[in-house]
Amino acid sequence: MPDWFRRRSDKQSNGEEANTPVNSAKAIPEGAFTKCAKCGTILYSKDFLRDLKVCSKCGYHHRLTAEERIAFTVDENSFVERDRMFFADDPLNFPDYATKLEQGGKTGRNDGLVTGTARINGNLCAIGIADFGWGRLAGTMGSVMGEKFVRLADFAIEKHLPVVLFAASGGARMQEGLLGLMQMAKTSAAIQQLAEAKIPYIVILTDPTTGGALASFASLGDVIYAEPGATVAFAGDRVAQQAQTHKPPANYKTAEFYFDHGLVDKIVSRKDLPSILGRTLSFFARGMGARPAMPSDAREAA
Amino acid sequence: MDKMNVLEFEQSIAKLDHTIQQLEKAAARENRPDATAEIAALQAERDALFQQFFSRLDAWDEVLLSRHVERPYTLDYISRITEDFIELHGDRLFGDDGAMVGGMATIGGKPVVIIGQQKGRDLKERQKRNFGYAKPEGYRKALRLMQMAERFGHPVVTLVDTPGADSNVPSEERGIGEAIARNLREMSGLKTPIVSVIIGEGGSGGALGIAVADRVLMLEHAIYSVIAPEGCAAIIWRDPARGADAAKAMRVTAKDALALKLIDEVLPEPMGGAHRDLETTANTLREALIQHLATLQEISIKELTRQRYSRLRSMARIKE
Repeated sequence: MPDWFRRRSDKQSNGEEANTPVNSAKAIPEGAFTKCAKCGTILYSKDFLRDLKVCSKCGYHHRLTAEERIAFTVDENSFVERDRMFFADDPLNFPDYATKLEQGGKTGRNDGLVTGTARINGNLCAIGIADFGWGRLAGTMGSVMGEKFVRLADFAIEKHLPVVLFAASGGARMQEGLLGLMQMAKTSAAIQQLAEAKIPYIVILTDPTTGGALASFASLGDVIYAEPGATVAFAGDRVAQQAQTHKPPANYKTAEFYFDHGLVDKIVSRKDLPSILGRTLSFFARGMGARPAMPSDAREAA
Repeated sequence: MDKMNVLEFEQSIAKLDHTIQQLEKAAARENRPDATAEIAALQAERDALFQQFFSRLDAWDEVLLSRHVERPYTLDYISRITEDFIELHGDRLFGDDGAMVGGMATIGGKPVVIIGQQKGRDLKERQKRNFGYAKPEGYRKALRLMQMAERFGHPVVTLVDTPGADSNVPSEERGIGEAIARNLREMSGLKTPIVSVIIGEGGSGGALGIAVADRVLMLEHAIYSVIAPEGCAAIIWRDPARGADAAKAMRVTAKDALALKLIDEVLPEPMGGAHRDLETTANTLREALIQHLATLQEISIKELTRQRYSRLRSMARIKE
């Protein structure tokens, strides 16, 4: 086995490393081959990218950075980012939090949630994309994520745009204590505002969506799609506080399990997402155009 | 401090109490009025011990107090603060959850819907109450009752006391995340006043699922936390035994929550904690509820929901 080959696979054997951001343009010079993080199959990097980082052997949908998600989903050059210029505080002086924020900051972004506007198959929408790897904070929701979410909702209401949200989060951010927990209520309240303004809210559950994220913004879509095989669970593996009294099925805590139990509308492969999302947006847009949002006051008076 | 320190501390109190009792009995039997001074001295010693211990409680002591085996639970309060409670059962979808109780009642003569998580005292009741871990049907029952209150113009009171929401297989199957999420969304827009009181353990999303409110109060020795301290320690230090460090780092006490402006008021408990004088604690709770409900009912529904949203909207600590 040639040296370059071994080095690459050693690095890739660590699950976390396999998911570190790889800029599409730079990926190939780093290694001609990529190992699937799930089944271990060695894939030709060029093919792996062409397949949108889905393993051609086992179908595993690898985690994406926000940049990759944008590149794979929205119309070329249509994404315009918003709300980049505010940053997380460390109100509790929580151990190591400042270091992690600094690490995340090196990506040039203020949080794991990237927000903005984009077109998907021609349909303009407000979009939020969670980047699980940001700052090694497991995509958790703190003040910045909550605030970006709410500002995106405000903007969507103001411009009458549908909202598309790619979820990937370990839950509320414990480094912000109770303030982290409150972001669950805050984002859910913003979704109530969207509903009252008759703004469609479309969620795509991606790997992994767990805990406080699933118990707030990720479960409240008018439509909820999920990528195949994504971990979807209320209790992530590291927070199993209680002894399980029931034997879990084989697909426990996956998108498919949630689909089986009526909690997800449709499992959608990555390659089909632009088309499905485009059609979904177009369906709602026709409603939004034909019958503008009725002020809730007018409805109450009626 | 030792993990068991609250219980150890209570043991020395119990020893003193026992001695005082014996002395009192002996004094009465042998007609020894001179024992009075001795008894008074012991009582003073006991009170000083209380003062000393309670003046330097740390976050972990508060965690232990909030979980104290004798700590009053939701139904203990409901029977004391309401006049005529009728418990209502079931979510009309799947079943009835013993860990979540609710129903109609009056407080100070005024109708309210009152809801809360319920823990059990003995093994049998603990199983029935699932140790206070509410299931999807619990959150859905709570929402059903809240929407009933909204429909008929009555305010909602919730009493929060849970280690967290149930996360066993059947709860995942029935969408525990969705049930909590829906409550958060619906409560944020509920067209009637809501007052929530954290009476014991405010355990993460499971607590928040009935605690989106116009006023959030905490009993002095209750805790409110984004994740159980043991869970936080398991993730950060891979050592669940470091719960005390996690409790401190996450600032889980009532005082902390008030300082962070995430709650409105801390309700004082009697010396030694709510379980040492349930009647006094219940009275404090009742008075606070009457006062807050009266204030909230002066506000128009439109203004109330606007204020509730803007309160949630402002919960952020960011640097621009």
